[in-house]
Amino acid sequence: MDFLNSFLVRATLAGLGVALAAAPLGCFVVWRRMAYFGEATAHASILGIALALAFSTSIFGGVLVVALLMGWTVSTLSGRGYAMDTLLGVMAHSALAVGLVAVSFLQGVRIDLMAYLFGDILAVSRIDLTVIWGGAALVMLMLWWRWSALLTATLSPDLAFAAGIEPRREQMVLTIALALVVAVAIKVVGVLLIAALLIIPAAAARPFAQTPERMAFLAAAIGGFSALAGLRAAYIFDTPTGPTIVCVAAACFVLGSLFNLTRSPSSG
Amino acid sequence: MSLISAKGMGVSHGKNHVLKNVTLEIKSGEIVTIVGPNGSGKSTLLRALIGAAKLSEGTLTRKENLRIGYVPQKLHIDQTLPMRVSRFLSLPNKVSNETSRAALAQAGVDNLAQRQMSDLSGGQFQRVLLARALLGNPELLILDEATQGLDQPGSASFYRQIESLRETLGCAVLMVSHELHVVMAASDRVICLNGHVCCEGAPEAVASAPEYRALFGSGTQGALALYRHDHDHHHDHQHDHHDHSHDHEQSEDA
Repeated sequence: MDFLNSFLVRATLAGLGVALAAAPLGCFVVWRRMAYFGEATAHASILGIALALAFSTSIFGGVLVVALLMGWTVSTLSGRGYAMDTLLGVMAHSALAVGLVAVSFLQGVRIDLMAYLFGDILAVSRIDLTVIWGGAALVMLMLWWRWSALLTATLSPDLAFAAGIEPRREQMVLTIALALVVAVAIKVVGVLLIAALLIIPAAAARPFAQTPERMAFLAAAIGGFSALAGLRAAYIFDTPTGPTIVCVAAACFVLGSLFNLTRSPSSG
Repeated sequence: MSLISAKGMGVSHGKNHVLKNVTLEIKSGEIVTIVGPNGSGKSTLLRALIGAAKLSEGTLTRKENLRIGYVPQKLHIDQTLPMRVSRFLSLPNKVSNETSRAALAQAGVDNLAQRQMSDLSGGQFQRVLLARALLGNPELLILDEATQGLDQPGSASFYRQIESLRETLGCAVLMVSHELHVVMAASDRVICLNGHVCCEGAPEAVASAPEYRALFGSGTQGALALYRHDHDHHHDHQHDHHDHSHDHEQSEDA
C-alpha cells in the first residue's frame, strides 16, 4: 500500500474515518441534547492521556478507559439532585483541569500539549490509521445494529420500556460509542474540538432532512466533506488543520441555516 | 380473565415511598380509571405496570405474552429530530403501510401519515400516540392523562374514541385522568389512588365514598351526576347554588 506513504493521504483517510463515525453519532447527541455530555467526555480524555503517558500504555487505551468512566459516572449521577447541565459543567471542566495538572506532573516525558488539545492530523501513522478506522467502523456498526432501539429510546424512555427495550442499555451503547469516537478523534482534531465534529455536521444537516436516517447520512456527508476541504484549505493557507476542518463544518452550518431562512421565513 | 394483577405492590424513589401496598386487577375488556390528586402516584403505577418502574415490594403478575398498548402522558420530540408520522409508527418494529394506515384510521387521524411529528397539533399528536399503541393489537390499552392540553370537546371526543375502540377491539382500557366527570362516565370501574388504593368500585359508588370526598370534595360528584342522572343533577345543582351564594355572602362579610 504505497499510497499510505504520503502523510497527506494518511491524514485524509484519518479525517474521513473520524468524520464518518462522528457525524451519525452526533445526530443522537443533538437529538438527545447531549452536546455537553460529548464535551465532558472529550475533556476528560486529557486525563486519559496523562494516565497513559504515566503508565506508558497506549493513548488510545487510556483515553477510552477515562472516557468510559466519565460516561458511566455522569449516567449514574444524573437525576440525583443535580441538573444535568450543572453536573456536566462541573465534570467537563474539572476533568480538563485535573488532566492538565496531571500532565504537568509528568517529568521526563516530553509532551506536546498543543498536539493533544488541537490535534495533529498530519502526524498520523499507519498504526494510528488502523486504530482510527477500526474504532470508526465499530461505532458505525454499533449504530447500525441498534438503530431502531436507539431511536425509540431517544423518543421516549417509557415508550421504549413498553416495547421491551431497556433505555439504560441504549444509553450505554451511546456512551461506549462516544468514548470510542473521542479516543480515535484526539489525533485528528484534539480534545477541545471533538464535540464540534459531533454536533456541527448534524446541526448543519437538520434543515435538509425529513427522516432521521437522511439526517444521519447527510451529517456523515457534511462531516466527510469538511474533513477533505479542511485539509485542503489548511494545506493552501498554511493554517492549523483541526481548527480548519471545524471551520469548514461551521461554514456548512451557516449556509444550511441561511438556506433554511430563505426557504421558510415564517418558521424561522 | 385477569390480564394483569398486582398484590401488595410498592414503588420507591429513593427514600420516598410513592406507592404502598397497591393491590389491583384488570380483567379483559373492562375500562378502569385511576383518579387521584397530584403526586398520588398515578403515573408511577402505570409505569410499574408496563415495567418501567421497579417494584420495591409486592408482586406483579401479567398474563403470559400480554400485549400492552401504552399512550404516555406527554412526549416531547425534539425539534432537531426529523420524524414523519409513518416512521414514528414503525419504531422500533417496522409495520406495513396497511397496518399503520388502519391504526391511524382507528385513532381518527387517517390523513396524517406523511406529516412531520413536530408540526402536529396537541390533539393530533395524542391521536397519533393512540394509533401507535393500537399497532400491536393490544389486549390492554394504558393511557396516562392522554387528553392533557386538549380542550373539553377535544378530550370528550378522544374518550368517545376510546370507548368505541373497546367495542371494536375488545381490549381492556386502563387510564389515568384529571377530568373526573368525563372519564368516570365512561368507566366500568374507578380506582381512587393516593399513594395507596383509597377506594375502588363502580363510578357512582366511588364518587360517594367518604375517602373520595375527602380527596376531591363533594363538588366533583355534582359534575359526575351531571353526566349520569338528571335527578341527582337537579338536586346537586340546587345544592351547589346554595353553597355558592353562601360563600358569596361570607366573602362579602370578610
